[in-house]
Amino acid sequence: MIFLDVASFVLLTLGGFFVFVGALGLYRMPDVYTRMHAAGMVDTLGAALMIAGMMLQAGFSLVTLKLLTLLILFFFFSPVATHALARAALHAGVKPILQDEPGESDK
Amino acid sequence: MRFLSLGILLFAFWLLLSGHYQTLLIVLGLVSVGICLYLAKRMQITDYEGHPIHLAAGAITYIPWLVLEIVKSTIDVTKIVLSPSLPISPTMIKIIATQKTHLGVNIYGNSITLTPGTITVEAQGQELMVHALTQAGANDLKTGDMDRRATAFEAEETN
Repeated sequence: MIFLDVASFVLLTLGGFFVFVGALGLYRMPDVYTRMHAAGMVDTLGAALMIAGMMLQAGFSLVTLKLLTLLILFFFFSPVATHALARAALHAGVKPILQDEPGESDK
Repeated sequence: MRFLSLGILLFAFWLLLSGHYQTLLIVLGLVSVGICLYLAKRMQITDYEGHPIHLAAGAITYIPWLVLEIVKSTIDVTKIVLSPSLPISPTMIKIIATQKTHLGVNIYGNSITLTPGTITVEAQGQELMVHALTQAGANDLKTGDMDRRATAFEAEETN
């Protein structure tokens, strides 16, 4: 039991770390597209680690299966949402800052 | 075949969400699964695209590989975010997907988006526009390793 608690502590802390870094990246990045890259970490590895940690806390029960389902659904939904957002931004005429043309930001 | 597996999957999902095992409620659950199956049949979404069970075997090797890629690129993006100089070199590249079906291109595009550092911005037929956080990430994508794996994954027809 103590082993499970330690493992879930490690997973939750690591997940929290990646969520924090994702949020920090969201703040530091210059434009909408690069910000999306930072946000992408939160809903993949950050969420996965935290859900894994919660699964260890829940033990072998229906809750664990529900969390697992949530994790699988995350992996199907988040890229679709990210793609929809990026595509909408592109079609709305938001130009990405590219390496070749520094300082060319218009929002 | 697909119809049956969709029914089993829906009922398993119903059990998972409800957690009820009394006879009456299970019968009601089965009835609602039946209604869903009828609607799915009418909408003709029980085809290879709407319910791709033929990919289940390939997923056993593809998903762990993809998770490993996600972990690697998450660590890369973490390093970029935490370094004070913020060493990004955003790049927009056009890549050609070699998958034969829409489902395959969809899998490839979503795999690109799932790995932090690359986002599929636009998909027109076989052409994908990808925004990469760094030049290195874009070059990795150009080597086509993920493309090949997604093509192999899509091609695994078991029925």
